[in-house]
Amino acid sequence: MSTIKKIKNLKEFSTANDRFEGAHLLCPGCAHSIIVRELMNCTDDNLVIASNTGCLEVSTAVYPYTSWDTSWIHIGFENAATAASGAEAMYKARKKKGTLKDPDAPVKFVAFGGDGSTFDIGFQWMSGAFERGHDFTYICLDNENYANTGGQRSSSTPVGASTSTAPAGRISYGKKQKKKDIVAIMAAHGAPYVAQLAPNKWKSMVKGFQKALDTEGPCFINTVSACTTEWKFDPKDTISITDLATDSLMFPVYEIINGTELNILYRPKNIIPVEEYLAAQGRYKHLFKPENRHVIDAIQKDIDEKWEYLQRREEAKV
Amino acid sequence: MAEKIDLPEVVVWDGNFAAANALRQAQVDVVSAYPITPSTPIVEGYGKFVSDGYVDGEFVMVESEHAAMSGCVGASAAGGRVATATSSQGFALMVEVLYQASGMRLPIVLCVVNRALASPLNVRGDHGDMYLGRDSGWIQFDAYNAQEAYDLTLCAFKIGEDHSVRLPVMVHQDGFITSHTAQNVYPLSDDDAYGFVGKFKEMDEMLDFTRPVTYGAQTEEDWHYEHKAKQHKALIDSRSVIDKVFEEFEKKTGRKYNRVESYMMDDAEVAIVALGTTVETARLVAKQIREEKGIKAGVVSPRVFRPFPFDDIRDALKNTKAVACFDRSSPGGALGMLYNEVSGALMTLDKMPIMTNYIYGLGGRDLTTQSITEVYEELAKNAKDGKRSGKVQQFLSLRGPKMEYFE
Repeated sequence: MSTIKKIKNLKEFSTANDRFEGAHLLCPGCAHSIIVRELMNCTDDNLVIASNTGCLEVSTAVYPYTSWDTSWIHIGFENAATAASGAEAMYKARKKKGTLKDPDAPVKFVAFGGDGSTFDIGFQWMSGAFERGHDFTYICLDNENYANTGGQRSSSTPVGASTSTAPAGRISYGKKQKKKDIVAIMAAHGAPYVAQLAPNKWKSMVKGFQKALDTEGPCFINTVSACTTEWKFDPKDTISITDLATDSLMFPVYEIINGTELNILYRPKNIIPVEEYLAAQGRYKHLFKPENRHVIDAIQKDIDEKWEYLQRREEAKV
Repeated sequence: MAEKIDLPEVVVWDGNFAAANALRQAQVDVVSAYPITPSTPIVEGYGKFVSDGYVDGEFVMVESEHAAMSGCVGASAAGGRVATATSSQGFALMVEVLYQASGMRLPIVLCVVNRALASPLNVRGDHGDMYLGRDSGWIQFDAYNAQEAYDLTLCAFKIGEDHSVRLPVMVHQDGFITSHTAQNVYPLSDDDAYGFVGKFKEMDEMLDFTRPVTYGAQTEEDWHYEHKAKQHKALIDSRSVIDKVFEEFEKKTGRKYNRVESYMMDDAEVAIVALGTTVETARLVAKQIREEKGIKAGVVSPRVFRPFPFDDIRDALKNTKAVACFDRSSPGGALGMLYNEVSGALMTLDKMPIMTNYIYGLGGRDLTTQSITEVYEELAKNAKDGKRSGKVQQFLSLRGPKMEYFE
């Protein structure tokens, strides 16, 4: 049986039990490593981690090096959820047959994917694993584009963002389609724990991770992972950009338990206009031309409606 | 503990049920699978064993064949015995992960019930899927009947899991003719079968946390080539382990398997090289045509398709005058694969036999004894004349005008 680790302060937390080595190839200012480290430091349990192809994977396991001081597997772009499923099934089989070397040590299974592999190419594999009910946690590192291959649009890319395959141009304001609501989709799978978390709100992130790891069954967490390279901001501003994301409610922080009980985990004291969040990033620069003003207005309207919806669901417990 | 089944000395099983029983007796830890015709009954049969308490392992029914093999990879890396089954389009969907499984050196056993590849959609047997897997880095065995599908599946675990091999293994059988035809099979008892396969021995397992492992790393131009070369070496080196396990199996059962099977080849002047159920039909015709027409006919068939039995094929065919290679897969604008590979082996002889290539049986088209008889007659004529009478490649039993290519 695992025990929930008590985490008192950020300094202690950031230096504890580091199973993710600092020497990796992620961009300076990338939020991925912050999120991964929070996950790995929030528990003392053994971890089996599966990663989809993506920034995290290509930056942490380039032979003959590895950043993972725990069991780690990468198969392809789409199947980390299934790799974790298979490993979890093997753990159950070997536990039953008594062939594990250390049968009493608690083990947690975690899959990481970027938004490209989670929202798009690996969606079926993740959905299948959730339907089957494997005991694992899926964490999406959502940077809203295919950053590993140079910033193409994904179905997580928000309206108006300029990406390399949906660039802003003479007659286009960038992506036209809305971001897929992955949190609602995963909650609709009946998963016991689903959340959207942000690394700037590290305490709620740690609590959410711990809840997911401690909940039996498949849990899903979408994490906002600010991408200095493709969102186009200074690498030192990762956390302040993320503050703008959560304070503008572009990324509301909330959890859904058993598909119905919705709890808002962060309520900004001062909600800022989304314009401030957009203005801080190069990918939205073109929206500030007068002819694109309507796009910013539409984004703000969507955010207001979503926030209203989340609050009503929280109240109504449905 | 799982219940055992008390099997009689002889049972009536089709190839699918034979394979399902081999998986049960090997006490597989994880079967991660997705159904597809004609291999579905393997998965169904195994599922029934699970439901009736004959299996202790986990049975994970996933949402696609790609996921089936992905689940196998995750499970295998976690240190246990793993198997699945598929055919045709399912095999094609798995291909990405087949390469990843062999690249990570995971000893997964895959029962492949051979079926044609679309389009046009076709559920019947040919070897299109088997050929699609030939560069995937897996060991590939070919069973010609239900007994062999059973025997070779048991051998597959023992060979693939050997620490000097550590490679995934496919066991092929022909769709419908083998998979759905009930035949006499002599099974091993549950205890003897498990005793032969042996307990799974972990290696670099993800569930040993005293020694963390990274599976599926990235290599670019600096290391990729060395990894792939080592994989090739492992396949070549697996030949001695395959021979050893086949010998052990013979001691246990009296049934002898060889990496290349030869039939009436001692004095054969003409030979057919084939795979799958065609081998048994060709053997029948060879015997008949020797008796009736005095043609010194024989049959040579790779039992182990990968690693390709280059030396043994050459040795089996070295005294022949004319050889026909039968390819049951659409050749896609080239000579058939078996023709090319067998010719490659025979090129190292001082004098090559006259080679011909027959494409046949695509999408389940029957190959009749009459067709095979005609091929042997043509081979005999070629041998006598010392030259090829037709073109190199011919299509058998095809509607419309005769199709033949390459001179």
